[in-house]
Amino acid sequence: MRAQRCKGTRDLSPEEMIKFRFIEEAFRDCCHKWGYEEVKTPTLEYLHLFTSTGTLTPGMLGKVYSFLDWDGWSGERVVLRPDGTIPVARLYIDNMEDRGLAKLFYVTNIFMFEETGKETRERWQGGAELIGVSSPLADIELVILALEVLKRVGLEGIELKLSHVGLIRGLLLELGLSPEEQAKIFDQILDGDVEVLARIKPGKPELDEALSLLLDLKGKSSGFLKNSKGLFARSLPELEPSLDNFISIVDLLEALGYNYQIDLTSGKGFEYYTGVIFQLFMGEEKIGGGGRYDTLIPLMGGRNVPASGFALYFNRLMNLVKPATLAKPLAQRILIKAGPEAIKQGFNMASYLREAGYVAELQLEGQELANFRWMLEVRSKAPLFVLTDQIKHGKFELKTASEVLALLGEGNDDKDSVA
Amino acid sequence: MTIKIALPKGRLLAETATLLQRAGWGLSGYHERARFYRLKFEKFPNLSARVFHEKDIPIQVAIGNYDLGVCGLDWVEELLIKYPSSVLVKIKNLGYGEGALYMVVSRSEGVSTVEEVRAKEGIVRIASEYPNLAESFALNLRLRRFSIFPLWGGAEVYPPESADLALIPGEIGEKFSDYDLMSISKVLSFSAFLIANKSSWETKDMSEVLASIRDELLINKKHLSSAEVTRAPAIAGQPISRQVAEDTVRLALPDGHQQLPTLRLLNKAGIQIDDYPSPVGNRRPTTNLDGVVIKVIRPQDMPLQVANGNFDLAITGKDWLMEHLYQFPSSPVAELLDLKFGKVKIVAVISRDLLVSDIYSLRRLSAERLVPFRVASEYVNIADKYARDNHLGMYRVIPTWGASEAFLPEDADLLIENTQTGRTLARHNLKIIDTLFESTACLIGNTGRVFSSSQRERIKSITESLRIAAEDI
Repeated sequence: MRAQRCKGTRDLSPEEMIKFRFIEEAFRDCCHKWGYEEVKTPTLEYLHLFTSTGTLTPGMLGKVYSFLDWDGWSGERVVLRPDGTIPVARLYIDNMEDRGLAKLFYVTNIFMFEETGKETRERWQGGAELIGVSSPLADIELVILALEVLKRVGLEGIELKLSHVGLIRGLLLELGLSPEEQAKIFDQILDGDVEVLARIKPGKPELDEALSLLLDLKGKSSGFLKNSKGLFARSLPELEPSLDNFISIVDLLEALGYNYQIDLTSGKGFEYYTGVIFQLFMGEEKIGGGGRYDTLIPLMGGRNVPASGFALYFNRLMNLVKPATLAKPLAQRILIKAGPEAIKQGFNMASYLREAGYVAELQLEGQELANFRWMLEVRSKAPLFVLTDQIKHGKFELKTASEVLALLGEGNDDKDSVA
Repeated sequence: MTIKIALPKGRLLAETATLLQRAGWGLSGYHERARFYRLKFEKFPNLSARVFHEKDIPIQVAIGNYDLGVCGLDWVEELLIKYPSSVLVKIKNLGYGEGALYMVVSRSEGVSTVEEVRAKEGIVRIASEYPNLAESFALNLRLRRFSIFPLWGGAEVYPPESADLALIPGEIGEKFSDYDLMSISKVLSFSAFLIANKSSWETKDMSEVLASIRDELLINKKHLSSAEVTRAPAIAGQPISRQVAEDTVRLALPDGHQQLPTLRLLNKAGIQIDDYPSPVGNRRPTTNLDGVVIKVIRPQDMPLQVANGNFDLAITGKDWLMEHLYQFPSSPVAELLDLKFGKVKIVAVISRDLLVSDIYSLRRLSAERLVPFRVASEYVNIADKYARDNHLGMYRVIPTWGASEAFLPEDADLLIENTQTGRTLARHNLKIIDTLFESTACLIGNTGRVFSSSQRERIKSITESLRIAAEDI
């Protein structure tokens, strides 16, 4: 019987891992430079972390990998981490609450059942969480950080879509629905049902207008929101705080020269969102998103601490980054050939070269010579080293390791032309 | 091309038999004792049937052992809610065997809506034979913390002391005054359903068989709708309170066929139990032991209940204790005393037609096969461990609900089963290739709990008198 890969999972080949690390490095480097600290949380968490209202939608909860652990006789289940933010919020409550402000980031895998075969069930993402700040500036910082990472990996033409959960909730409240109905419709919007708001016929004329204006228009400026505010401020006062918050975020983005699109129905996301939601698209593909979640930490038993965050989807980014940015220098690779009598010298030489920054490999059967610019023969008697330059077809007999290093350095001065 | 159908025993048997009879299938021998036989039909010579516990049927159809099946929608949904990509097709509501699953609480709890349950502090414990539906209910209700106790049966006796909620079947509009329960939510309405395996549905021509049932349903709609749910008779009970005195010892006694030997041993130890076994299905018998309360539950469910502190002592089988410990190695449950009766061997069984005499040659056989090896058992964790320890390679454990010997050879390749004499196995053309361990009845307790001195005294005294009584068995 042939060994099989588990359904819904994906291997990352050496070529794919180069892309993965390229994205990861860019993400980590940007986060570090913005003053964020890296954390890792366990793969297993208690299910109850994700079950209460305001954490994950029922649609998502129906797809988590939950099971009884070996000591799960109490009937309490554990899950494979289905989301990056909630565990970080748990870690913050556990260890960092006294700090107040925390700027954290992570690179992690998340697990969510997927039936269609379009996506894998284990996905990788890099996320940043800005905990302890409620100002629009914090939301803007996260948007710009995300865009900077995407620029670093060479992606252009990113579309930024903005929505606002406060506004959606305000509308649902105005519609006069029961709390249960509001919660249900809210969850449907978060699960990606863009039509659900449009299907509601409120009956009040000013609400009808407000709904269709807010839903149909895809604004590209804060003017759109300001006009809406002017129009509804009196009849729908509930919407005002959220509109104000939304306007100040959008104004800031505009002042900084970023393009965006306001699309209230693009609310797909997590139930823990409370304010602005932003989504990043490359063409049709959503490659990241985030938003404000001011009630998550208190809901999980922590202090009343506001927070905001985002995640970039590495699996999708890997399909978009161009291999041109990933070339690896052939000139830095050395194959070492050592006969049985010179094995020890061979290993020593390899480690000497590695310390100097080269990739040094000892020759094994099946090794492709074409993958190396240099071949170094290590011998037990003179000449101790024979270095072959496979590109310029030169052959050099050398006495010491430092002579080898010097020659490699000379040869590689023109490495740009041979890489 | 043969078509295989899985038919239910139990509550749906009579009406299913009537339906098929009227549909002119010309079947004979479809009755309670028919589990071991493959049924044939005069009208459809290429159709064969076997009789299963209702709960087995969705699994048998989903894994492709059977093309069609008849069972309650409750068991179909129990499977689909956890495994939504199961290849099951719900074909037709057969219109009989109606009932509903209700989430119930004890009347003494002073709670009457789901909202009130949700508002409660702490972990909500839900006991049910339908653990997947119970979990889905808890998730949809957004209960912050909950524990599901999967049960083999008797869920109605759990609230209020052993569980906060129970998900149990009842008639439509049932009031649950027995056991002092009340419904707070109807979770699912069900009736008998015809189901099919999706790939059979797409590739096999079953139209004649299906047409005969459809025609019969159209003609005889009225005859079939009078469902009769067999259920425990009403018990006139006192209101039951969650509060038991702090130094009370809670003892669980088994229902089913171990009742008489258990009673005999208890009597011999000087312990009197009233109304056990109970002809009216009373699950809360009384005793002459001071400070001891008794509940009658399934022996299969006891280790988990003792682990969770719902009972202090329980009389179960070593097989069910091992089954529990293999799943949860860190469980605080331990055997306190071997009661020596009810001796069975837990054995690995295969069909006599397989030219294999031990587990090692079976392993070689399994390695050569291109399809997964099917291990059927009531003891899924014991079976899983056995298959793992013996490197059976690519295998699947198929859970069954009793009388597993009927699964070989068509519906499983290996069976992990208990046997007293081996005669039943031999009669079914089966052979034992390995003995896993011997099992007898035992008294179990919780080693992780702190007891009061009077509880300790009572537990010690019960254990001692049972030890003496069991000595000369």
